[in-house]
Amino acid sequence: MDDALRDLYQEVIVDHGRHPRNRGVLLNANAVHEGYNPLCGDQLTVYIREEAGRVLEIQFEGHGCAISMASASLMTEAVRGKTVVEVEALFHAFHDLVTEQGKPSEAALGKLVILKGVAEFPMRVKCATLCWHTIRAALRHDPAVVSTE
Amino acid sequence: MQNNAWRADFPILTQTIRGKPLTYLDSAATTQKPQAVLDALTHYYTHLNANVHRGVYYLSEQATKAYEVARQTVAEFIHAPSVSEVIFTRGTTEAINLVATSLARLKYFQSGDEIILSGMEHHSNIVPWQLIAEETGIVLRVIPVLADGTLDLDAYTALFSAKTKCVSVVHVSNVLGTINPIEQIVAIAQAHHVPVLVDGAQAVGHIPVDVQALGCDFYAFSAHKMYGPTGIGVLWGRSEWLHRLPPYQGGGDMIRSVSFEKTTFADIPAKFEAGTPAIAEVIGLKAAIDYTAAMPWNMRLAHEAAFTAAVIARLQTIPGVRMIGNAASRIGVISFVMSSAHPHDVGTILDREGIAVRVGHHCAMPLMKQFAVPATIRVSCGLYNDETDIAHLIPALSRVIELFGRPESHHG
Repeated sequence: MDDALRDLYQEVIVDHGRHPRNRGVLLNANAVHEGYNPLCGDQLTVYIREEAGRVLEIQFEGHGCAISMASASLMTEAVRGKTVVEVEALFHAFHDLVTEQGKPSEAALGKLVILKGVAEFPMRVKCATLCWHTIRAALRHDPAVVSTE
Repeated sequence: MQNNAWRADFPILTQTIRGKPLTYLDSAATTQKPQAVLDALTHYYTHLNANVHRGVYYLSEQATKAYEVARQTVAEFIHAPSVSEVIFTRGTTEAINLVATSLARLKYFQSGDEIILSGMEHHSNIVPWQLIAEETGIVLRVIPVLADGTLDLDAYTALFSAKTKCVSVVHVSNVLGTINPIEQIVAIAQAHHVPVLVDGAQAVGHIPVDVQALGCDFYAFSAHKMYGPTGIGVLWGRSEWLHRLPPYQGGGDMIRSVSFEKTTFADIPAKFEAGTPAIAEVIGLKAAIDYTAAMPWNMRLAHEAAFTAAVIARLQTIPGVRMIGNAASRIGVISFVMSSAHPHDVGTILDREGIAVRVGHHCAMPLMKQFAVPATIRVSCGLYNDETDIAHLIPALSRVIELFGRPESHHG
């Protein structure tokens, strides 16, 4: 088995992909957004309860590959309690991580670093970033469905 | 199933991908091209290139001749009664758009009229009709797909009414591999005096096609799914229809005379071939037909049937594999899902082994919904596939289980 595959599908990713955390509809959400990847059909909805510019609660629903589900699951854990500005910074750091641009601070990324292996698979970057594009749109209260295409 | 001699005719298959031999199992997306087709393209551009139907000089005459000889070859290939019924298009998609658009332009449809499609159509046989539905007010009716991946013909028969104006169905499903009973579908439509268009994109490369035996009114297909070049396809239509339909696009080559007051159109097939056509690709299509014509159909059918049976039998030994579609009459387009991993993850793992399969919704989202899956893994064969490909595929799928663990009882 090649190492790039082992890096991509680490146990934590397989686990989060199979048992995503914070999955389900958040009934008292005040920022909701849908994201969609028309090429592969991955679809997710992010539900956020935001107060005073801070993500108090976040859940998601949807379906997709292990990478997209694990990324969404890990994202919900990473952004809870963060301000909108901090989420935006995290989005950029994560994007740099999976597209190998710049040198994002691994300390700032925390557990998200585990998705670093995606960078070896350009066709799968959109799987990992769909949830992040969706949360950004939700926090901007952007009316359009996020599409990766 | 023996390893075959045809494989050596396809130079692309000799390369390695990431150090592994290329295992190409995505012929339903596009087939690889034999050396004979590559040579025909090179020969055309090296010795024959000139615009067709225009020049009085030698090269243009030779290019025109080669282009029209290819049309004759295509006519014979699908048993068309007349060579003028063969129209070159960019592919199946453009052929279907041509019929839908020209029917609408003919004012063939009244608001509230109905057309019948099937639940296993590719988006290219859904969206063109939806586009004209917006302007004509036609309603799309859908033949249901049964659990085994065949069409519900009783339900189809019951869909007909005085409002039914057209039937457009796929010959062979690009997801399930099902060969639909076109003769029967046409007979039912004919009893209601309704024309039938057949999307033959997945059929032409794998089963013999005789448009007269099928009895349909239009037949659309693409060269690149039958070992020919991309960017070229065919619409065959009955002369009566082609004479009746107005042009699809306007431009050069499709006119008899033009003035700013009035333009008269050329006769068929030129009426439907506006602009400089894909000349080299047409010649490449002829080379593909000639190449495959050298192999008897019974050999090709037996080879692909043996390959299909072997793949299905081996897939069923893998824990958690669920086949999607199991029609008795089928070709080697084999869809399945694995309970341990999503199709996209499977696709990535196979790719690392040099294996090319298609994962996704295959441009057939309504069919995915019907089988309650977001996507499938699709293995599809060409005449170059053999036991060596299966020997690469099956252990690679076992590696999916190695990474993702044994299947769980639910599919998440």
